[in-house]
Amino acid sequence: MQLLSILLDAAMAYMGAGLGAGLAAIGAGIGIGKIGGSALEAMARQPESAGDLRANMIVAAALVEGAVFFAIVVCLLVILTK
Amino acid sequence: MYHTISKKLISCLLFVVVAFGSSNLFANAPVAEDTHVATIDSLEGDGHKTEAEKGFNAGEMIMEHIKDAHEIHFITLHEGSQEEKHITLPLPVIIYSEKGLDIFSSSVFHHEHIYTSEKTGLSYEKNKEGHIIATDQTKLYDISITKNVAGMLVGILIMFVVFISIAKSYKEREGKAPKGLQSFLEPLIIFIRDEVAKPSIGHHYESYLPFLLSIFFFILINNLLGLIPFIGGFNITGNIAVTLVLALFTFAITLFKANANYWKHIFATPGAPVWLLPLLVPIEIMGLFTKPVVLTLRLFANITAGHIIMLSFFSLIFIFGGLYGSVAGYGVSLLSIAFTIFMNFLELLVAFLQAYVFTLLSALYFGSAIEEHHH
Repeated sequence: MQLLSILLDAAMAYMGAGLGAGLAAIGAGIGIGKIGGSALEAMARQPESAGDLRANMIVAAALVEGAVFFAIVVCLLVILTK
Repeated sequence: MYHTISKKLISCLLFVVVAFGSSNLFANAPVAEDTHVATIDSLEGDGHKTEAEKGFNAGEMIMEHIKDAHEIHFITLHEGSQEEKHITLPLPVIIYSEKGLDIFSSSVFHHEHIYTSEKTGLSYEKNKEGHIIATDQTKLYDISITKNVAGMLVGILIMFVVFISIAKSYKEREGKAPKGLQSFLEPLIIFIRDEVAKPSIGHHYESYLPFLLSIFFFILINNLLGLIPFIGGFNITGNIAVTLVLALFTFAITLFKANANYWKHIFATPGAPVWLLPLLVPIEIMGLFTKPVVLTLRLFANITAGHIIMLSFFSLIFIFGGLYGSVAGYGVSLLSIAFTIFMNFLELLVAFLQAYVFTLLSALYFGSAIEEHHH
């Protein structure tokens, strides 16, 4: 019962927003790290295709970042509205 | 050729500044009442004076820079003291209500809080969030030239001047090598045509190329405009309404140009068993709508997050200066400026990247909309 009343406290929203933003950053790090890692590996195997791979890597990274920014915007909304 | 372009650009920008600044002259606020209000204000304490005692509020400053405003605020001289002077360019306020159209300069709100228009008889005031509302709660349609609109107009002006001059020089120098501004933008234009439009759309890429090029350069120029300091701090593509409209353009073109094959893929996905369709069709329809939403949010969040980060790094200087004295402020400023320069480079990359990704995804959506069925 006490736990429930603590959890329903309005200030917990701020902590939730902070945690959410941190988790979103972890997600971005893991996602873009995997993309960069496999791109570099492929470039090392076949240096001639470095240009193609670089362009596609950047596109994939931007798409993953888009998803992360969803989370960031939601956390910002939690803080900024009421 | 550079001289004519830069002269035209500068004269156009000067015209814009003079046009908005001279609307100040036509403000309807009578001068006699000004002094009357000023004496009463000094008796009960001006809002500006109490701000001098307040500390530096980072969150407030950041929100002020991100949000839209009815004037372009360049710089504040002698901040925090009695002679605090804001150098602003007031923009015209255009409000439509059922009583008529009111156009006045936003500088009327500098000294008085309530402005009564003689034309429609409505009294306007600014509420807490800086929106203009009528004191008698009449429904207002605020279609003013705000900071974002002014920034977009500046960007459009730049685009017109640059591209019309390039088109002219291409026509004059038919068959010859490009020179000057042509050769500066030709790699970008060829890049959009050969790497974005042709591979994504296929054969009929030419009819989509004007839209793709316009969107790419519009987003790019507005992103870069937000990075330039001292011209008022624009945040155009960081406004979700702007990016929403751009995404809706892409969405509308995709819907209008979609052929039967596209709709078949959504409503009767080939290869799916019939009993799965009631589950699959809502998902496909949701997927149809998430595409413009994602386009909107990606551009908005990237640009706004970049601005917030840079403003936060700058605020660090003032926060430390306020907490530990001005020496700490100066010390932190070295680190802060180094970080901000690095973030500025990153933001430059993000400006290009986000424009490119928006254009690429629009091209991909167009390509999938006009794709013919092939086994």
